[in-house]
Amino acid sequence: MRVKANAKILALIVPVLLGLNSLSGVNSAYAETQAHESLPAAAAPAAVHAPAEAHDAHGTEAAGAHGSHEEKAGDVIMHHVQDSNVLAFEPFGEIVLPHIEVAGYDLSITKHVVMMWIAAVILLLVGAAAGAGIKKISIRQAPSGIANVIEALVDFIRLDVAKSNIGHGYEKHLPYLITVFFFILVCNLLGLIPYGATATGNINVTLTLSIFTFLITQIAAFKELGVGGYVKHLTAGTHWSLWIIMIPIEIIGQFTKPFALTIRLFANMTAGHIIILSLIFISFILKSYIVAAAVSVPFAIFIYLLELFVAFLQAFVFTMLSALFIGLATAHEEHDSHELEASGHH
Amino acid sequence: MEGMGLGYLGAGIGAGLAVIGAGLGIGNIAASAAEGTARQPEATSDIRTTMIIAAALIEGVALFGEVICVLLALK
Repeated sequence: MRVKANAKILALIVPVLLGLNSLSGVNSAYAETQAHESLPAAAAPAAVHAPAEAHDAHGTEAAGAHGSHEEKAGDVIMHHVQDSNVLAFEPFGEIVLPHIEVAGYDLSITKHVVMMWIAAVILLLVGAAAGAGIKKISIRQAPSGIANVIEALVDFIRLDVAKSNIGHGYEKHLPYLITVFFFILVCNLLGLIPYGATATGNINVTLTLSIFTFLITQIAAFKELGVGGYVKHLTAGTHWSLWIIMIPIEIIGQFTKPFALTIRLFANMTAGHIIILSLIFISFILKSYIVAAAVSVPFAIFIYLLELFVAFLQAFVFTMLSALFIGLATAHEEHDSHELEASGHH
Repeated sequence: MEGMGLGYLGAGIGAGLAVIGAGLGIGNIAASAAEGTARQPEATSDIRTTMIIAAALIEGVALFGEVICVLLALK
């Protein structure tokens, strides 16, 4: 865990050390996120120009060995991580995706949107195959092949994540949790294959996913507790004199939770890619085969394997925390039972 | 120009401090979890779940700090 945290920080710092000052695309992505949150995968409109320039820089750097490599390395890394409307298949050319604008909003189909579609198609195919595999066998038989793999994961989410965190009435949240787990997992893994991109490394995607969690949490709390119970929940069962402190804290807490989910998934997936590319670019910056053989390749492979683990871990953590938040919001007997126990002892 | 350099310096130092906190926190969790597992091996899965949740929450706070540092470096 500590190694991972260090790696992440390194990943965030290295581009800055490389004299990187063309990160404006990230800023515009933030601004855009705040501007219209409800558009899940809308491309950052201002970022469209920056990747194009970065792409040119990439081309010249690959061809020539002159000039300041530091800035270009940063540009290439950012170009890889950011969303763009070009699907690049490096030696074979590229596909330029159409630019679509509806009522002033940029609704272009971008690299990350395509990756999400691919993830959805993969999930449909795998889910259909697993469902057919389960249906084919009798109830006493163990499933085999792809159905077995999916069953193990689904059962893990059902028992260890949903049931143990939500408790009573977990069944109605199970479809969302399983969907979000597999979707994040496939999106994470798509970024690790050649020509792939991490859709979950786009803050718009992660924000949309956590807004789903937020809405489900709030609706489930209202349904389970009613309006009175919901308001009572905001007081956290404390004495009325503390309400002036407790109620604002609890209300802010409702919004920090999805924000933390957003930033966690986004930062983890982005940082992993940045660090792999930074390690590779060390050898280009130092122009040395020895560094490439001794540092870049082994460390990049190590981080890549770590990223495989992180892809699973972050999908699990997102699902787990979603289940935990739903469970916390709908647990109505908790405060009462504590009070009962306390009064019983007196 | 000088102000820009100081901004980068602040971002770097801030990021480092955030990592110190997160490292200490997650290290403490891991140490306690290892100890708890050694004392009570039958509770391993519960301890692991609790550990992952706590580590994820600490990591989230550390990432907030990192995001602030990145924003600082970009301004």
